[in-house]
Amino acid sequence: MAQYGFYFDSARCTGCKTCVLACKDRHDLGVDRAYRQVYDYEGGSWTAGADGSFTQNVFMYHLSMACNHCTDPACVTNCPAGAMQKDEETGIVWTDHEVCIACGTCDSVCPYGAPVLDSEAGYMTKCDMCKDRVAEGKAPICVESCPLFALEFGLVEELAAAHPEAVGAIAPMPADSPTGPCVLIRKAPAAKDAGDVDGFVGNEPEIV
Amino acid sequence: MEMANVSRRSFMKGAGLAGLAAAAGGVSLSSLYGCSPTEGDGGADAPAPVEQVIWTHCAPNCGGACPLQCHVVDGEIAYIESDNVSEGGLGGLQARACLRGRSMRRWLNSPDRVMYPMKRVGKRGAGEFERITWDEAIQTVADKLKYTIDTYGNEAVYSAYASGVCAGAVISTHTKLINLMGGCLGYYGDYSTAQITRAMPFTYGPSNGFTASALIEAKNSDLLILFGNSPSDTRMGGGNMTHVMAEIRESIYAKGGKIVNVDYRLNETSSGYPEEWLPIRSGTDAALVSAIAYVLISEDLVNKEFLDEYCVGYDADTMPEGAPANSSYKDYIMGTGYDMTPKTPEWAAPITQIPAEKITELAHDLANAKAAFICQGWGPQRHSNGENTSRAIVMLALLTGNIGLPGTNTGCREPMNGGPVGSFPSVPNPVTTKISCFHMIEAIDHGPEMTALRDGVQGKDKLDVGIKFVWNYAGNFFNQHSDTNHTHEVLQDETKCEFILCVDTVMSASAKYADILLPDTMRSEMMSLTTGGYGEWDFGITFGQKVVEPKFEVMSAYEFNAAVAEKLGVGEAFTEGKTYEEWNQYLYEQAAAADPSLPTWEEGIAMGVYRWKHESSVGLAAYREDPAANPLDTPSGKIEIYSSALAEIANTWELEEDEVITPIPVFDPGFDSYVDATDEFPLVCAGFHYKSRTHSSFGFMDILKESCRQQIWINPADAEPRGIATGDICSVKSAQGEIRIEAKVTPRIIPGVVGIPQGAWYDADPFGDKIDHGGCINTLATKRPSPLAKGNPQHTNLVQVAKA
Repeated sequence: MAQYGFYFDSARCTGCKTCVLACKDRHDLGVDRAYRQVYDYEGGSWTAGADGSFTQNVFMYHLSMACNHCTDPACVTNCPAGAMQKDEETGIVWTDHEVCIACGTCDSVCPYGAPVLDSEAGYMTKCDMCKDRVAEGKAPICVESCPLFALEFGLVEELAAAHPEAVGAIAPMPADSPTGPCVLIRKAPAAKDAGDVDGFVGNEPEIV
Repeated sequence: MEMANVSRRSFMKGAGLAGLAAAAGGVSLSSLYGCSPTEGDGGADAPAPVEQVIWTHCAPNCGGACPLQCHVVDGEIAYIESDNVSEGGLGGLQARACLRGRSMRRWLNSPDRVMYPMKRVGKRGAGEFERITWDEAIQTVADKLKYTIDTYGNEAVYSAYASGVCAGAVISTHTKLINLMGGCLGYYGDYSTAQITRAMPFTYGPSNGFTASALIEAKNSDLLILFGNSPSDTRMGGGNMTHVMAEIRESIYAKGGKIVNVDYRLNETSSGYPEEWLPIRSGTDAALVSAIAYVLISEDLVNKEFLDEYCVGYDADTMPEGAPANSSYKDYIMGTGYDMTPKTPEWAAPITQIPAEKITELAHDLANAKAAFICQGWGPQRHSNGENTSRAIVMLALLTGNIGLPGTNTGCREPMNGGPVGSFPSVPNPVTTKISCFHMIEAIDHGPEMTALRDGVQGKDKLDVGIKFVWNYAGNFFNQHSDTNHTHEVLQDETKCEFILCVDTVMSASAKYADILLPDTMRSEMMSLTTGGYGEWDFGITFGQKVVEPKFEVMSAYEFNAAVAEKLGVGEAFTEGKTYEEWNQYLYEQAAAADPSLPTWEEGIAMGVYRWKHESSVGLAAYREDPAANPLDTPSGKIEIYSSALAEIANTWELEEDEVITPIPVFDPGFDSYVDATDEFPLVCAGFHYKSRTHSSFGFMDILKESCRQQIWINPADAEPRGIATGDICSVKSAQGEIRIEAKVTPRIIPGVVGIPQGAWYDADPFGDKIDHGGCINTLATKRPSPLAKGNPQHTNLVQVAKA
C-alpha cells in the first residue's frame, strides 16, 4: 500500500495561514471549522536590568498541521459506524459521510484533533488530503497555496529521502505517536521537541 | 528587459491550456473530475458541473496584486487557486496569493456589499440610506460638483487618499474628471509613508528620496539589519516579498552571516528565528542608531574616506557654509554639539531598553560585516519623531560606507517596481495648492486658518477655503484617519463639508458618512488588467477577465465617471472615445509595442498570467561608482547628513516646543512619547500590519476575523498586574477615545509597550457612548501631525489598558 503524507518546513513558515484559508475556500468551510490549523508555539521570559533595559529568551515558531493520515489511525480503529476509512491505494484517511453517526469518537481519540463536526450536515468532517485533486495528479490545495513553499506532499518514503533532516513531530504535538502520523517536519531553530512543556500555544482562540 | 531562468515561449505553451479554455468559455480539464463547489453535491448519476477557470487578481494596497485563478460553476466562484503555472519554488516566479486573496469570493458574496446607488436619509454617520436610481446619482454628483466649483472654487474639491483598489491599469479615473473640471486641492504624502517621504529627499535629494536596493540584493550581504521592517507581515503574498525574505535568510545563513530584526514585537519575519529579534522600545530607533554611531566613532570604525568624499555634515571637514560651529553629526554623537550629551550605549540603554553590551556588539558586527544591508520599513517613521528616525537609520549605512555596493542598501525600504503597463492617463491638476494627506479633516474643519508655515500648506501661504466636496473612491479614511471621534464631529457638521461621495463595494465606516453612496464592481466582476504588485521585484501581468456577472446594481467606477463627465460637458475629453475595456487593451498594446517580447493581447488573455524575472539592483550604485559624474540633486550634490534646507525650515516654521526639526538626524522622543507617560496613560501603544487585513481592506470578513483575531498584544509583565489573561476583553483608553479589544498576553512584545493591529473596523455609536468595540487603533490616535511632514504619527500613542 502506498502512503502519502505531508512535509512541513517550520523554518520557513511565517504563520500566515494561507494554507488554512485556501483549505477553507476549497472545502467551503465557515468560521467554525478548519481542516488545517496553524499553531503559534511560544514561550520564554523577560528580565529587567538595573538601567531599565531588558534581556529575554523568548521563542516562537509555527506548526501548520492537518490530518496526519496515520498508518494506524485511532479514528478508523475506534469508529463504531465504520465511517472512518483508510484508503488502501493512498493511505489517505477519509470520512464516509453516508454512514457517519456524528458520535464524535474520532475526534476524542485523535491525538491531533483532526476530525471536526459539521453541525449543519450532521456528520464528522476532516482533511481528506484533497483526494479528488490527488486523483488528478495535483497536490492538496494547502500545499499548492503556501507562499513560502513550506508545505510539500508526496509518498512518505520519497519525502523522507528528500528531507533526511526532517523529524516526525515537534511541540505542541504530543511526544508519543502510537498512531503513526505521516508527517515530516523540518525544525526551525526555535522548534521544541514534541511533548515540550516550556511553551504554550499562543493562538488558542484561533484553533477550531 | 532580461529574461532569466524561464523560457517565455515554452512557458506560454504550458500556461495556455487552462486559459484558452477559459477565454473560449469552454470546459477546463479539471471539470472532467467533477470538482464541485461543495462536498457531497450530486450523486453518481448527476452530470458533472461545468467548470470554467477564469483569471482575475487581488487589488488592495499590500503591494501584491497576486493572480487569482477562479473556478467558476453555475456563474459563481466555487473556489480559487492562485498562480500555479509560473515557475515554482523559492526563487521562482509563482505569485501565490495570501490568505486574503484566497478568501476573495467571500468578499464578492458578502452580505455587506453595497448593492444599489443610495442617498443618505438620516444624520451623517448614522448609516441610514435610501435606494435611488443611477440617473439620480449621476445627476446629483454632477450638480454638487458644479455647485461647489461655482460657489467656492476648485480648491474646495478634494479627492481623498484611498487605496482599497490599488492594482489595475484603469482605476481612480475620477481624478481625470475632476481635473477636466478645473482640478482640486491636492495632497502630499500618504498614511503609509508621510514622514520618510518628506524627510529622505533632504538626505539623498528629491530624485532619490525612495532610492534603495531591491530587497533580494540582501542575499549578497552577510549582515541584514531590519528596522521596523517585517516583509512577512506587510508583504505577505507571493506577488510580494515574504518568500524573498526566506530566500535571503537561507543565503545569509549559508555563509555564516547574521540577521537583526529591530522591532518592539517579535514579528512574523523572524518566526522560528527568535535570536534575530532585537526588542526595542517603540519609537526609539534613532537612539539605538546614535549609540551604535558612538561606538563606531570612538573606536575609529567609521569609513571616513567615504564620508569625506560622498557626504556633507559628518564632521567639521565637510560642513556646509553657514552652518554653526560644532553642529556636525559627529559633534552630536560625541557630546560636543547639539544637546552636549555623548550618545554612549549606556545613554541609549534606558531609552531603547536594549542592554548597552548588546548595542556595542551590534556596532562591532556592523563594523566587521563585509556587506551590511541596512533597511527600514515604514513603522519607525510613522511616529511623532518619524522624520528624524528615518534619516537616522540610514546613518548606519553612511558611517560604514555600506552603500552603492553589492549586498548593501541605502537604509531605506525596498524600491517599488513599476512594471511595463502604464495606467489610465489623467490630465494635469490646474490647482497647485496642496495639503498634507493627514490634514484632510483639518482642512474640512478650518481650512482658511491653515498656513504654510504652521500647517505645511504647499503652493500658497494659506488656504482660502475649506474642503466642501469630498470624492472618496475605494477609501476608508474615516477608519484610517487618526482620532475617529474628532473625525466624526467634523464630518457630521454638514455646514463644513457639504457633500461626500463614496464609491465602494462594501458598507465601510466611511461609507456611512456618504451623502451619495454608490456600489462599485469587484475586480472579478469586470475585465481588469494589472501589472504585478509594486511590492515585488519580479515582473508580472495578470490579464483579468470578467469572472462572474456583476451583482445587484453595481456599476464600474469608469462607467459612472464617464456618465458624470457627460453631464458636465467633458464626456469626450474624459473617455477619449474609449470604453473601459478598450483603455485596458490600449494600455497593454502601448507596453507591448515598446517591448516586443511581451505576448500579444490575445495571447496574454489566453495565458491569464505572465511573469518574468527582474534583475536585482543596488541603490545609489551610480553615485558610488562615480560621484562627480552622477551627483545627487541635493543642494550640495552629495549625501547631506547635515541639511541646510532643514536648518532653514527649523528657523522659519512655527513649531511647538516639543516639535523638533533638525539639520542632522538626532534622537528626539517626539510628542506623546514614553517620556510623556502618566499614571493615567502609562503604556506606549503602537500599531502593526496584520495578516487578516490590508490596512482596513478585508476588515469586515468573518472568515478572516475568526482565523486571525483582533487582539491587543501585551507582555505578561503588564498583563498580570492588571489581572488580564488572553481572551479577556479589555478597555483601552487614550486622551482621544476608548476601544474594546481582546487581549493576547504574549512574551512576543517588549514590556511597557502594547501593540494593536491597525485597520480593524470602527464599531461604535458615534452619537452615543463612542466606545469602539471594533478595536480600531485610530480611535486612540492623535490628530496632531508630525513636525516636518505634517504626517500621521499613528504608532505614537499613550494608553491605559484595563480588563473591561
